Amino acid sequence: MSVDGVRGESESWRRPSPRLLVLRRLEVAAIALAALIAAGVVAALGRTAVGLSCLGGVLLLGLGAERFVSRRFHAWGYAEREDDLLVWRGVLFSRLSVVPYGRMQFIDVSAGPLERSFRLATVRMHTAAAASDARIPGLDREEAARLRDRLAEVGEAQAAGL
Amino acid sequence: MSEPGSWRRLHPLSPIVRGGRATIGVATLLLLSLVQGRRGSSDSFVELAVVGIAVVLGFVSWLVTRWRIDGDDLRIESGVLRRQSLRFPLSQTQAIDIVRPGLARVFGVAELRLRTGGSSGATARLAYLAAHEAEPLRARLLALAEGARKHEATPASEAAVEEHVLTTVPTGRLAASILISDVGLFAEAMIVGLILIAVLSPSAAVAVASASAVPIFSVLTLVWRRFNQEYRLSLAEAPDGLRLRSGLIALSAETIRPGRVQAVRMVEPLLWRALGWCRLEVDLAGKQRSKGEGQAERRPLRTVLPVGSRALAEELLERIVPDRPRRQSPTPRRVLLKSPLRYRMLAWGRTETCVATTSGRIRRVTAWVPLEKVQSLRRVQGPFQRRLRLATVHVDTAGRSVHAAIRDRDTAEADRALTELSDLARAERRKGR
Repeated sequence: MSVDGVRGESESWRRPSPRLLVLRRLEVAAIALAALIAAGVVAALGRTAVGLSCLGGVLLLGLGAERFVSRRFHAWGYAEREDDLLVWRGVLFSRLSVVPYGRMQFIDVSAGPLERSFRLATVRMHTAAAASDARIPGLDREEAARLRDRLAEVGEAQAAGL
Repeated sequence: MSEPGSWRRLHPLSPIVRGGRATIGVATLLLLSLVQGRRGSSDSFVELAVVGIAVVLGFVSWLVTRWRIDGDDLRIESGVLRRQSLRFPLSQTQAIDIVRPGLARVFGVAELRLRTGGSSGATARLAYLAAHEAEPLRARLLALAEGARKHEATPASEAAVEEHVLTTVPTGRLAASILISDVGLFAEAMIVGLILIAVLSPSAAVAVASASAVPIFSVLTLVWRRFNQEYRLSLAEAPDGLRLRSGLIALSAETIRPGRVQAVRMVEPLLWRALGWCRLEVDLAGKQRSKGEGQAERRPLRTVLPVGSRALAEELLERIVPDRPRRQSPTPRRVLLKSPLRYRMLAWGRTETCVATTSGRIRRVTAWVPLEKVQSLRRVQGPFQRRLRLATVHVDTAGRSVHAAIRDRDTAEADRALTELSDLARAERRKGR
């Protein structure tokens, strides 16, 4: 992993489920496929040169997107420490959020239709600050439920006022 | 005040004051038609009917609105068709304000407004009460709130608590400071521009003036609003918190309860720095805007000192954040490559209980955050920062306007700051519990 210093501490880092990567790759593939078909139609209709260069472009873009998606997936990570949750994300802009359990206002677990069909869920922790951002996408459904319950439990125990 | 538990009504004149501009409009219309004498009788009949309906509706809304203090709660009931019953726990209040718009002053009434910290910005309004009742009622509510928080039955203390005035802003200095502030300079530039055009070609001036009427008007309102809000702003210290009073036409009085300040910031615009002036603002939790509030109240921050010398600001800071870092360390030189404009301003410092950061391009903004109020910490590193081995640590609070960020520090230093601050903040949280 390309991330530096802080991550190398003793915490045990967990990551989103590998199925999230599959889902993201499928999304990219679906879009690329649609674009490929469009380019193929253009090529078949006689404008071969234009169509072929479009095909090439789409392929390149698709590969680029795949690389982006997989690097982004590998950059996500989270660790539950004694008093706070660490969430690491981002490739170009890497962000590490430290959210104390005691500051948690509520947790929300959401899953869109695609995520649901992959048995995945997104867990998000909200504090009173609008800027805090602790979102972990693509968690196994069981892991999401476990995390939600654990966060709620520690949050309750450590709750601090505003 | 009558006995504490009973239901009470608002001031009978409150519907008229609530009507605000509409009331003024209707009154002028009526006056006009009176002056013009009898015209078509159907016309005046319609007018009378409209006014009559408005009066009846106002009366009914007054009739069904009641409030009472019930233990540690303030309860307000209102509405006919959509009956609303509000139970407002006093222990949750962030601040209690007294607001008196122009019309309310004419009729001798005042509005009492209680705020909570929730992000939806729940506000309980008692609009309007007789002016002489408002102040004692606020003192009582604050005493109850304080008592509720400490879990002890405090009897309502009626006695006006003694307060100690810290500062009052001189009008001349306020006017001067607005004239050389960003909004003020913009307004002046526009006026000078118009005058120049008028001198050069009077015919063009009319066209330009009519075309730019709206922006000119809005800028002037901004300037006016600022002056109106901050006119004779005085800050006083009382046992129940900091008290702010201000206003030229619309008077407002606010109390910020102790320990509710999320962050403080000091702003020094370019021209003010030459005069050694600065502005001190305090950030509270929750959204400050809510439905039906006057425009004057739509401000995210409470200005504690609209303009003053640095020495004065330091004196006030001493009251608000006593344990604050005296020295801030500058950033490494290589930051010049990344943010050349900010470089000179960037600095940060901390003590065991407070973190201070300075930033800004043209104006200098210094923010202080008590570590007890830190909600979360974020370390962010952009691509350019990675090249230069720099990172930024953001300190998030429940306030909405003050943004404290330890910008562009050496990676090792940023990581150390992140660990230290999260440890210290944890210690502070434990202490508060």
